Amino acid sequence: MAGTSTAPAHERRNGHHHDPEPDPGSRTNTGGVAGSLITRALRAVSDQAQRRIPRADLDERDPDFIRERLPLMWLIASIWFRGEVRGLANVPDQGPVLLVGNHSGGNLTPDTTVFTLAFNAYFGVERPFYQLAHNLVLAMPAMGSLRKFGTVAASPQNARKALEAGAALLVYPGGDYEVHRPSWKGNEVDFDRRKGFIRLALEQNVPIVPVVSVGGQETALFLSRGDRLARLLALDRMFRLKVLPISLAAPWGLNVGDVLGHIPLPAKITIETLPAIDLRAEFGPSPDLDEVYDHIVHLMQDALDALASERRLPIIG
Amino acid sequence: MRVSAQIYISAPPAAVWEVISDPTRQLSYMSGITRWEVAGGEPVGLGARYRMLLRVGSAEVGGLIEVVEFVEPCEIAWTSVTGVDQRGRWRLRETTGARTRVELRLAYGVAGSGLGGWLAEHVAAPTVTGHLRRSVQQLKRLVEAEQVRARAAAKRAPAQRA
Repeated sequence: MAGTSTAPAHERRNGHHHDPEPDPGSRTNTGGVAGSLITRALRAVSDQAQRRIPRADLDERDPDFIRERLPLMWLIASIWFRGEVRGLANVPDQGPVLLVGNHSGGNLTPDTTVFTLAFNAYFGVERPFYQLAHNLVLAMPAMGSLRKFGTVAASPQNARKALEAGAALLVYPGGDYEVHRPSWKGNEVDFDRRKGFIRLALEQNVPIVPVVSVGGQETALFLSRGDRLARLLALDRMFRLKVLPISLAAPWGLNVGDVLGHIPLPAKITIETLPAIDLRAEFGPSPDLDEVYDHIVHLMQDALDALASERRLPIIG
Repeated sequence: MRVSAQIYISAPPAAVWEVISDPTRQLSYMSGITRWEVAGGEPVGLGARYRMLLRVGSAEVGGLIEVVEFVEPCEIAWTSVTGVDQRGRWRLRETTGARTRVELRLAYGVAGSGLGGWLAEHVAAPTVTGHLRRSVQQLKRLVEAEQVRARAAAKRAPAQRA
């Protein structure tokens, strides 16, 4: 579930980020008549995609559907990814909680599959559990069933709604930016300084539980995020896509965009859930966002380094 | 899918019963169990509920279970309330020489999961069977060690009194 940033619009605009909302007056850099045609074509595709994005409805999560799919997920997670999830006892047994993960593996994100299985098996499908995903992921025709698993479009409003309903919510602040990082940066936590998740936790007064995973970036050879290419094609304005990833992945070979997904290599996925962090108990009544951000990223990076050090061989783990 | 494991323990059924009916001792001999806690109500007996988890492959599976048969000192059966469908049973039978035949059975699956469920049940079977075998072996070691300690204590007692 690539691209699950909860960052507000003003935060995404800094650096190479742009306003996520399509701007009717915007023009691509291609210029001239050809540029105008490309812009119109992209806008038409964008409109189609936007229409397909379902409205967030927490009621679409279907515990019976999830329960019936758990065996298949278990097969994929256990045989293909040899998944291992540790420390679920660190997640409070009840009440709303914000699970904050590092994100890997391109658009197919095996870490989410493995963690969703583990969470639902551990706490039971009766416990409400939602995941934020990029709009485009939910708009893909084959991805409709994700909503039954509790996947909702990434937005601060949807995140708030889930937590107010007392659910556990999984977010990936690094979103599409992190999930497509090059494979040689696979063992780096990179949230791109997005702090929306901290504001959310403070606003809703819920604990943050860091979820650290390793192995996802070995499921293909990720070469580049293609963020310059994405800017050139105005994908950010059209689709809230800050990247146009380039990878070598089965069965395509050279895979640009990862729009159709890919067959992930059977890399071992290990996930560790760290102890819950009560932000106000640890950082006072008005925590400094930068301080909290640095602390959480530091904690997660330490855990990721430890998990990475256990791996002897790429893919095999 | 139904799996089972059986073992003979050199102790009377009452001694084995004392261990298997005690929810606080499940983690000390049940292989693969990562959680076993009383979930409200009576801790022991008919209707007692426990939250249990068993590590199988990538997940800790289980859920809330309820004791549906409790016949001292020979039979305990439980069934799942939430989580993976399961029905388990301890059967204790006295045999010759003050020994007890202990059988642990577990039937599990997920109703409605189709071919994926059927495959998963069969793929998981060796792991679950292994957990059951190790559990009865560990139970045997635990109970027989307690018997040895009890006999030694009984021998020491008259000597100390003298």
